[in-house]
Amino acid sequence: MQAQKEGRRESNLLRMAGIGKTFPGVRALDQVDLDVAEGEVHCLLGQNGAGKSTLIKVLSGAHQPDDGEITWRGAPTTLPSPVAALRLGIATMYQELDLVPDISVAENVFLGHEPTRFGFTRRAAARDRTQRLMTRLGHPEIDPDREVGRLSAAGMQLVSMARALAHDARLIVMDEPTAALAADEVDNLFRIVGELTGAGVSVLYISHRLDEIRRIGTRVTVLKDGRTVAANLPAHTPTADLVDLMSGRKVETVFPHRDTSTVDTSREVLTVTDLTREGEFKDVTFHVHAGEVLGIAGLVGAGRSEILETVFGARKPDSGHVAVDGRPVRPGSVVAAVKAGIGLAPEERKAQGLLLDLSVAHNVTLSSLPAYSRAGFMDRARELKDSKATLERLDLRPADPGRLVAEFSGGNQQKAVVARWLVRGCKVLLLDEPTRGVDVGARAELYRVIHELAAAGVAVVLVSSEVAEVLGLADRVLVLRDGEVVEDRRADELTEAAVLDIVMSGSAITESAITESAITENTAAVTEEEVQ
Amino acid sequence: MTEARVLDPKSAPPEAPRKHRRHLDLRLTGLLGVLVVLCAVGYATRPDSFLTEANISTMLRLAAAIGVVSVGMTFVIISGGIDLSVGSIVALSGVWMTTVATQSYGPVVMVLCALLVGLGCGLVNGLLISYGRIVPFIATLAMYASAKGLAERLSGRRTQVVTETGFTTFFRGDILGVPVLIWMLAAVFAVGWVLLNRTTFGRRTFAVGGNAEAARLAGIDVRRHTALVYGIAGLCCGIAALMVVARTTSGASTNGMFYELDAIAAVVIGGTLLSGGRGSLIGTLIGVLIFTVVGNIFTQNNLDTDIQNIAKGVIIVAAVLLQRTTARHRGARTT
Repeated sequence: MQAQKEGRRESNLLRMAGIGKTFPGVRALDQVDLDVAEGEVHCLLGQNGAGKSTLIKVLSGAHQPDDGEITWRGAPTTLPSPVAALRLGIATMYQELDLVPDISVAENVFLGHEPTRFGFTRRAAARDRTQRLMTRLGHPEIDPDREVGRLSAAGMQLVSMARALAHDARLIVMDEPTAALAADEVDNLFRIVGELTGAGVSVLYISHRLDEIRRIGTRVTVLKDGRTVAANLPAHTPTADLVDLMSGRKVETVFPHRDTSTVDTSREVLTVTDLTREGEFKDVTFHVHAGEVLGIAGLVGAGRSEILETVFGARKPDSGHVAVDGRPVRPGSVVAAVKAGIGLAPEERKAQGLLLDLSVAHNVTLSSLPAYSRAGFMDRARELKDSKATLERLDLRPADPGRLVAEFSGGNQQKAVVARWLVRGCKVLLLDEPTRGVDVGARAELYRVIHELAAAGVAVVLVSSEVAEVLGLADRVLVLRDGEVVEDRRADELTEAAVLDIVMSGSAITESAITESAITENTAAVTEEEVQ
Repeated sequence: MTEARVLDPKSAPPEAPRKHRRHLDLRLTGLLGVLVVLCAVGYATRPDSFLTEANISTMLRLAAAIGVVSVGMTFVIISGGIDLSVGSIVALSGVWMTTVATQSYGPVVMVLCALLVGLGCGLVNGLLISYGRIVPFIATLAMYASAKGLAERLSGRRTQVVTETGFTTFFRGDILGVPVLIWMLAAVFAVGWVLLNRTTFGRRTFAVGGNAEAARLAGIDVRRHTALVYGIAGLCCGIAALMVVARTTSGASTNGMFYELDAIAAVVIGGTLLSGGRGSLIGTLIGVLIFTVVGNIFTQNNLDTDIQNIAKGVIIVAAVLLQRTTARHRGARTT
C-alpha cells in the first residue's frame, strides 16, 4: 500500500483499522483504515460508491462493521448505536439533514436529550443554550423558536451543527456540507470549522471539491472501491495525484469489446432539445442514434437521474422537447413516453422498478399488458412462453417465470427490469445506475446485454456514478455539472481522470486538460500496481 | 390457528418455486378450517336446525349484500386504498331507487337507478382520490357523511316501502330452487374473481397496490386505474343496495349501516394486505362466511349481540396476527 503513513501524531483521537462491511451482493467496505488526530480537519475523498457514506454510517453507529477495529482516544471501542456514538462524542451532519421540519430550532438542537427537571422539559433553558450556540456559530439572528422547515438550507445546516455542538462532540463528521451553500455561507462555515479545530474539536470532512480540501484540510485519506488507497496525505497533495488515486481502474471489471459498427448514424432515434427543469438541469440537448450507447457522467446531484426521468415523462419539464424518431412526445406523461417506445430501468430498482410481490413473468409483461391480452383477458400461456424466452435470452437464472421476483439476486432483478422493455420492443432504453448493488460477475453479463441491445438497434442512454463504467460501455459521453452539459465527446477521446477533473474541479475542460490527464493515466497504471 | 405445513409430495420440487402461491393456499386452507370448525360448533349446539336447508339459505341471503360490498372492498384494498363510504352508498342507492318517483317507472328503472347511483358515488370517490389527490381515508370519509346525509334528505328519514311488485317478486324469488340473492352473490364473486385474476385490469390493480411508483414507471395510468377501482366498489354497493331492498322490501337511510367495517374486516381476515398489492377474493368470501356463521350461531342460541361483537373483534385480531407472522416470514426471505 502506498499509504504515506506519517509518524503517528501524539494525540490520535480516532483510529479505524481494517474496517469491512458487506451488504447482500456488495462488499461496501473492504479494508478501510482511517486516522483522525485531535484538532485536525481530516478530509475523506473518493468517487461515488467508493464507500464514504458507508464509512460515515459505521462511524455514527448506524451500521455495524463486519470486521476491523475502532480505537477512540487510545481505547478500543464499539459503536453499537447512534446514541452510543453521540455519547462518545461523535456527531454526524448528514448530507440530507436529519432535522424534523415541523418543530422549532431549539427543539431540534436538543432532540433526544432535552434539558429536563422532574421529567418536565426546561424549554427556556433549551432556548437560551440554543441562542448561545447560534451566536457562537455567527448567526445570532436565527430565532430558537423558529420552525426549522422555514429556514434556508444554510440555516438548517447551522441547526445541525448546533446540535453536534450541544452534544459536546469531539469529532464532527460533515458530509458534503457545502453542497447546498452559497459562497459567503461557505466562508462562514469554514470560519466555524477553524474555530472548532482551534478548540481541539476534530472534523472529518467529506467533499468532492478539491479546492475546499486545500483551503481547510489538514490531511487527506482516499477511498476507492471500499478500500483505503492512500492515508494521511498532506492536504496540499497535487490535484492530479489525488484524482489518479481515486480513479485507478478496477482490475476485475472487464468491459466487453464494443463494436461501434452497429451505430446507424442515419437514424436519430431520441432527440432531446433544450430540456430544462428549474433547479435541476438547464438547456440539456442531445441525441442518440439507433444502436448507439450514450453515457451520462456527473456527480450525484448533477441532474443525471432527473434528466432521464424527465425524458421518460415521469417529471414534467419547464421547457424543452423530447422526440422519438422525429415525432414529439407529450411532455410529463409516462404513458405517452412508453407508447412512443421509451423504456426506463430506474435508479431505485426495488422502489421504482419492481413489484416484489409478483412473479417475474408478471413483472416482465407489466408494460405490455394490451399485447398479452384479448379483450382485456390475459393470454397467460403466451405470457409465460415469451417471458421464459426473454429470461433465457438475458441469461436470467433460474429462468423460471413463475418465481417471485423478490427471490432473485440484484443482477437478475435488473435483468428482469430490462426484460420488461425488451418484451415491449422499445426503441429507446434509459438505464439509470444499472449495476448498482450488482456483483462483479453479474455486471459483466449486464454489460454484454447492454451491447447486445445496442446491436439490435436500440438507442441506449446509460447513467452511472462509475466513470469507468460510462467510458467502458458508451460510444459517446455527456458530462454534467450542476445540471448543465459541460462536455459531449466520443468515449475514446476521454479518460477517467479527465472526466473526474471536469466534474470535480469546477473548471470547464480545455484541450490541454485532456492531454494532461491522458499523460497522468500512465501514472495511474503505476499507482494501481502499487495499490495491488 | 396453527399454520401446519402440509407438504404435498407431488408439488415439492427441489427449489420450491411459487412460494407465494403456497403461502396463500396455506392461509386459505387455515381459514377454511376455521369455517369448518365454526360450522361444527353450530351443528353441535343446534343439531336440529343449523345445517338445514332453510338455515343455510337464510345465512347466505344475509351474507349476500355484505359479500358483494366486500368484493368491491377487496379491489380497493388490493389497489392500496380504503373505502369508508360503502355503507352510506348502499343506503343512498337503496333510498334513491325506492322513492315514489323512481318506483313509478317500474322495476328496470329502479335497478338501473341503484346501480348508477352506486357507480356514480364510487367514481366521485375515485376522482377525488386520484385526480384531486385527497387521501382515500379522508375522501371516502367525506363521501360517507354526505351520501348518508343525502339519503336522509331524500327519504325524510322514513322507511320507503317497495310497492312495485314486479321487483319484489323477482328478487325475492328462486331460480332452480336457489334464491336469486344467492345467485347474485355467486355471480358477483365469479365475475370479480375473473376480473382480478384473469384480466389486465386485475393485473394492474395488483401492480398499483404493490408499488404505485413502479406501476407508474412501467407505463400504467395509475390515476385512471385508481378512479376505476373505486367505481367498481361503488357499483358493488349499488348491487348490494338492490339486495338489501329486496330482502327488507324497503329502502331506508339506515340500510347498510356498519357495512364498511364488516367489509374491511372480511377482506383483512381473508388475507388481503391492508397496505395493498396482495390479496384474494376467495379469502374475502371465506371471511364473509365466517362472520355470517358466527352471527348465526349466536342468534340460534339466543345469545346477546354484544358477545357476538366481542367474538368478531377477537376473530379480526387473530386473523391480523396470523397475517403478520406470514409477512415476517416473507420479509426474512427477501432480505
